[in-house]
Amino acid sequence: MKLYTPISRRFLRVWQRNWTVYRQSWKISFIPPLFEPLFYLLAFGVGLSSLVGNIRFRGEEISYIRFIAPALIAITVMNNAFFENTYASFVRMYYQKTFDAMMATPLTVEEIITGEIIWGATKAVIATAIMMAVIGLFGLIRWPEGLLLLPLAFLGGLVFGAAGMVCTALVPHIELFNLPVFLFITPMFLFGGTFFPVENLPGWAQKTALILPLTHLVDLSRAFANGRIDASSLPGIAYLAAFAAAVFPLALSKMRRRLIK
Amino acid sequence: MNPVIEARHLRKTFGVLVAVDDVSFAVNPGECFGILGPNGAGKTSTIRMIYGFSPITGGTLTVFGLDIARQARAAKARIGVCQQENNIDPDLTVLQNLQVFARYFDIPAAEAADRSRELLRFMALDHRENSRAVDLSGGMTRRLVIARALLNRPELLILDEPTTGLDPQSRHQVWERLEELRTGGLSILLTTHYMDEASRLCDRLLIMDHGRILVEGKPAELVRSHVGLHVIEAVAPAAELPAYLDGLGISYENLGHRLIIRVEDGTSLYGEINLRFCREGCIMRMATLEDVFLRLTGRELRE
Repeated sequence: MKLYTPISRRFLRVWQRNWTVYRQSWKISFIPPLFEPLFYLLAFGVGLSSLVGNIRFRGEEISYIRFIAPALIAITVMNNAFFENTYASFVRMYYQKTFDAMMATPLTVEEIITGEIIWGATKAVIATAIMMAVIGLFGLIRWPEGLLLLPLAFLGGLVFGAAGMVCTALVPHIELFNLPVFLFITPMFLFGGTFFPVENLPGWAQKTALILPLTHLVDLSRAFANGRIDASSLPGIAYLAAFAAAVFPLALSKMRRRLIK
Repeated sequence: MNPVIEARHLRKTFGVLVAVDDVSFAVNPGECFGILGPNGAGKTSTIRMIYGFSPITGGTLTVFGLDIARQARAAKARIGVCQQENNIDPDLTVLQNLQVFARYFDIPAAEAADRSRELLRFMALDHRENSRAVDLSGGMTRRLVIARALLNRPELLILDEPTTGLDPQSRHQVWERLEELRTGGLSILLTTHYMDEASRLCDRLLIMDHGRILVEGKPAELVRSHVGLHVIEAVAPAAELPAYLDGLGISYENLGHRLIIRVEDGTSLYGEINLRFCREGCIMRMATLEDVFLRLTGRELRE
């Protein structure tokens, strides 16, 4: 039986619940996005870049560290949203039965899941802001154009959060998240134009990489961090928006099927 | 007086499994109504439909006169639910648990804080308001879940096995609070495995099994009509006892080493049995709801 359940602004209540919990442990939550870029910049920027030196990227000579810094932000967006809406959401749904308790209130399943995904995107934005502060200190972000990374992080967060939520709706056990991580997250992390340009891949692999949302997010991050704001960004933004627009309703309907018994 | 809950020919199926099969009952305002049954009888499935958690498969169901299928949000705003699992928020403190939950009902923050403290006092948890919710004992956790179910000042409180797993002290404390709430005019619907709980709290109840209602009525009346006044339990009686009872036309349940005899007035029979068939270990007691329950649902294990 189909119930008429519109999404109201009440999804913010679910978001607020996660924000309240986050504030309890913000000191701990702040540490990874603060130190992770430092580690990466140290390892790749200092360690590896002496081997790599400058690289040619889209007709420009840039330092390797300038090449990877925006990619680190894109990876953080992906990880924060995806892991929040897989492992963390699964714990709330399956072990803590938080969603069950919410479903006995005026909240609908759609509002609960929307709140969760928007929260995943919010975490991506918070982590991005912290990383931007760190990376900015190294002079690797151009201001004020770099501020566009924040709305971009939100869009990217919706993409990976919604994708994560689809996984949460489908996996029987928490261990099975290894599968989407291995098949979806890790390949993007390695081949999404993060540590080397997509152009270095063979032709078929380049085409495959363009299907992956992270490739576009990395590309846009690089453009915004370096102050390149022009029409060339539009296809990437359109792709991410379309991806989110397709996967978000899928997450809602799969979760509805899982939660409503 | 319009009923708070009205279920007519209610049905719930999960694939081929029929969890609730043609169940009809009504709960009146201010009444405490119990749903009893062995595991898998369909109790939880029934109440989940009432609080809008599960869609109904068939029949009609109204809560406060609202069609739960179409007006679930409006109905849920007026119901308090204490689910079977203690699904409190382990990441939050006791007080935060209530304040966060109050937001789901759009209760303004100041009012939510007052109401939360008031409920913590009511449930004797005010001394633990800043404890992490995971640190509470089983009894305290259960009281917190009940307090949480009262945040929205519900007109109907639904409790799914409210005292399962609690020690006797905690159970009695919960019962006292529930009695207070009932005295205050709150309508209560509860499921339970404990017959003493049902006898004490419920004005009316139904016993269901395999998705169907077996009986419905007031606890004392059910005991009188299905068992009688007294029950005599004869442990390891003489072998002649069954034949003796057959001769008198008295029905009994033979469990091998134990004979259960249900009688309207067992005083003289008890003396007779005690003297002639059962030197020790023969007792007579008042019939209880548990006798009704076991008589109607049998003694096989449900697992």
